[in-house]
Amino acid sequence: MSTASQSVVLHTSPHLRHVPAVDEIMRNVVYALIPISAFAVYQFGISVLALLVTCVVTCLATEHAICRLSGRSSSVNDWSVTITGILLALTLPPGFPLWMAAVASIAGVGIGKMFFGGLGYNVMNPALVGRAFAQAAFTAPITTWTPVMADNRFTEFIPSTLTIPFLRPVPINDWLASVAPDGFTGATPLALMKFEQISTDSVQLAIGSTAGSAGETSALLILICGLYLVYRKMMDWKIAFAVLFVAALTSGLFYLIDSTQYPGPIFMLCSGGLMLGAVFMATDMVASPVTPLGIWIYGGMIGFLTIIIRLFGGLNEGVMYAILLANACSPLINSVTQPRKYGYVKKGAK
Amino acid sequence: MFHLISNLLHKGTFSHGIHPDENKHFTENIPIRRLPFAPELVLPLSQHFGAPSDLIVHPGQEVVRGEPIAKAKGFMSVPLHAPATGRIKRVELMPTAKGPKTPSIILEVYPGDSQEVGYYYERDIDEMSQQEIIQAVQDTGLVGLGGAAFPTHVKLSPPKEHTVHTVLINGCECEPFLTTDHRVMLERTEDLITGTKILMKALGAEKAIIGTEKNKMNAVEAIQKHLPEDGSIEVRAVQTKYPQGAEKMLVKALMGLEIPSGGFPSAVGCGVFNVASTAELGELLPKSQGVIERVVTITGPGIEKRGNYMVPIGTPIRFILDQLGFSGSANCLIMGGPMMGSSVSSLDVPITKGSGGLLVLTESILEGQHDQKSYPCISCAQCLDACPMHLNPSQLGKLANKHRYDEMQSDFHLMDCFECGCCSYVCPSGIPLVQYFRVAKSSLREKAARERANAS
Repeated sequence: MSTASQSVVLHTSPHLRHVPAVDEIMRNVVYALIPISAFAVYQFGISVLALLVTCVVTCLATEHAICRLSGRSSSVNDWSVTITGILLALTLPPGFPLWMAAVASIAGVGIGKMFFGGLGYNVMNPALVGRAFAQAAFTAPITTWTPVMADNRFTEFIPSTLTIPFLRPVPINDWLASVAPDGFTGATPLALMKFEQISTDSVQLAIGSTAGSAGETSALLILICGLYLVYRKMMDWKIAFAVLFVAALTSGLFYLIDSTQYPGPIFMLCSGGLMLGAVFMATDMVASPVTPLGIWIYGGMIGFLTIIIRLFGGLNEGVMYAILLANACSPLINSVTQPRKYGYVKKGAK
Repeated sequence: MFHLISNLLHKGTFSHGIHPDENKHFTENIPIRRLPFAPELVLPLSQHFGAPSDLIVHPGQEVVRGEPIAKAKGFMSVPLHAPATGRIKRVELMPTAKGPKTPSIILEVYPGDSQEVGYYYERDIDEMSQQEIIQAVQDTGLVGLGGAAFPTHVKLSPPKEHTVHTVLINGCECEPFLTTDHRVMLERTEDLITGTKILMKALGAEKAIIGTEKNKMNAVEAIQKHLPEDGSIEVRAVQTKYPQGAEKMLVKALMGLEIPSGGFPSAVGCGVFNVASTAELGELLPKSQGVIERVVTITGPGIEKRGNYMVPIGTPIRFILDQLGFSGSANCLIMGGPMMGSSVSSLDVPITKGSGGLLVLTESILEGQHDQKSYPCISCAQCLDACPMHLNPSQLGKLANKHRYDEMQSDFHLMDCFECGCCSYVCPSGIPLVQYFRVAKSSLREKAARERANAS
């Protein structure tokens, strides 16, 4: 073959690129969320499965519809909205009415993500925006908890799950009495601690055999799934570490001041949504700062605020608001923590 | 113990950077071989940074191998020597790797000639003054063979307020695929030491460090055998990482110092020279010869006989492909390495003094690399962790998208970017960051030039 007729292809350097791309990262986050979702389904039964399906499908549909309405090609195949759906479902109570979950999904993806311009432009984590919406709109159902490992969980829905749209949730007291005859108080470990000063065994918390939101219960499992992403270099371990470290530090400090009134750091780390929030939501790349110092400040802020809200706020759980607040601060954190450039000496030093 | 810690802290390497696949195994163990002369050599008058050389021959004239055919135009320029015995055919505009066509000498090589270098007289370096050495370096036509092609003698004349105490010889060769410097260190060790001594003398430096990466330990051993006994020259291996071979990164890795923004290495008492240039200097200067050939790594999946070749300056790529054989889709040709090298637009482009490598890629390698879908920035911060200059490519990219170039320069230090391409390499969103920055930088430079013109 002669070289004379050859056509050449032109590119600008660098000629090599490192994969994975965004969709591959997002797909792996979905993989990491599968064991957590599976465990939630195992614990709470088909109600949680229905919740997961509802949230994911509604989130996908919302993004697809808004993309189409705004005349853009659909961006659902980058997997990021799938993550939002799963995460939102995991932060809701197992018996949360499905129609409410759908509304929360529309609010989360619509207001939290698409109104800002879609992936990469949202200020806050869309799943948490959805949950905050639900918290404000559906105060009672979002604090109605059900026991784990109910006997007929794979054959029967929790009654409130199948509430007819736009109606009040079906009361579940009779159902509760039938599945937990020895008296289920309907409170999460955090609520027990805050309002009744009853503490829960840390081992139970770590394994996840306590009441709570669908995916918030097993701290250990969440940590393992997070480690997979860190191993694949698809998650910033520094954020999760900073959140957990500062949360432990703050709660440890209060525990030292008065151990009868304030619970210890292990309890704080393993209870509620702190682990899920720290590992999967605080680390949301889009809504977190990019500067090396900013990442630590952001993580620390979430950890600190969570504990402060838990101990002194009106709510027993503070992870969601802590993360949303820190999300809102990210642009500011970014702008005040620009890294020191190579070849610039700090003022005053020489 | 303290030494160990300080080594860990700053002497082993620079912070950030990336680890692309090295792909050096194709050619690193192949000794340098000679490539035959092409029937016609193309010699651009501007193969270096600075003013183009001044033509001193005319079409039809016969020249001997090694004879000067263009002289330096001022201080910021170098002469050009005939790479082969032959006849000057014509002088015309020819394509170059940089893009625009430039005036070039076309030299018709005499096929039957013995091709001996006709120009030769020995000089004793020890008897030469600093100024004489600098002049002699310019006469060799030597430029940075690592790719920048900056005239070597200019680096030997630092600003008066700077004293250079250490000469750093850069043998990192951090670009994937390339093994030119590696082979030079192994095979031309004595020339390398001679060249280092010349550079030290020209700069009045007491010390020299030859720096290479840890993936070339056999080169370190080879050099160690030839080091002078007084300990003035040292060889050190630093971490294998891209872009370790950038001047600023090497100074940081070997000396723990940072070159001030916009400044020269001499500001921190260092002079940095490429290892191949130094070896070339060690060979040429004592014989008063000029640069007429260079070692080029010719590699990549698209070429059949990969290797390290001694190629006459001016050899067209077409000739190299025909000589070494190529596979069908060898249509992406890169002069230099895959990270900073430039895509060649024509097969008539010749090897010049700055070409350390010729990389022939195939479509299969490039598939999914350039046609990859581009996503918005997801603020993953990978570019911040990769940028060796500690810039904020994510922010710069967003500003570039909005054409806010002035802000990029004033608030985010765009001009400190030396275009290593780490940000584009790591970006999972496939945003062409460094490409944006190149556009922004040249636009800012043009604007500054316009303003200067208006002011005067």
